[in-house]
Amino acid sequence: MVDLLFILAAIIAGGAFMLALLRFVLGPTRLDRVVAFDVLTVISITFIVFAALIEGRSVYLDVALVYALLSFLGVIAIARYFEDRF
Amino acid sequence: MELLDFIGGILLLAGAAFLLFGGLGLVRMPDIFNRIQAGTKTTTLGTLFTLAGAACMHPDWGFKLLLIGVFLIFTNPLSSQVLASTAHHRGMKKTVLTKVDRLAEDEGDAGSDANTNRNEDKL
Repeated sequence: MVDLLFILAAIIAGGAFMLALLRFVLGPTRLDRVVAFDVLTVISITFIVFAALIEGRSVYLDVALVYALLSFLGVIAIARYFEDRF
Repeated sequence: MELLDFIGGILLLAGAAFLLFGGLGLVRMPDIFNRIQAGTKTTTLGTLFTLAGAACMHPDWGFKLLLIGVFLIFTNPLSSQVLASTAHHRGMKKTVLTKVDRLAEDEGDAGSDANTNRNEDKL
């Protein structure tokens, strides 16, 4: 029962990833792509937590924390870069 | 512990549903400001639900999951705010349904002040 819920949740999160990827590909402007990238990284954190649950090892949570930090810095840097240029 | 696992599974499912709504809003919303709203708020709540579900399944991971959740609560609104301010400063197109734009009104009052502030920023 719990396994079924888990698989269903993973499939739904995969659908969310696909929708955000669609906006990343379609995005008419650069900033639309940055927004889609932001959402994609947050969904990826969820995937890393899923991987930690499947493997049963808590080391992946450290990976998720560092990933969150780096993706946040990346989005901030790209946004500040676009504010001055173009 | 069977019940706690079941609650964790339900929370994981709820979090994934919120992520799906966020992705749907990202595709269907008309302009970038609405996309930022739909994308960031729902994914924050969805990821928090997922972390809570993982904490229910493995209670001994609680501290690390709490750390990730707190970090997410602090950083996600910040990045969305920076993105929205960048989009506004670059004059991105708004949808025709937009009624109120307080930031444009404020900068309209300030007039040339906005320009001097920008120059000071660069120094």
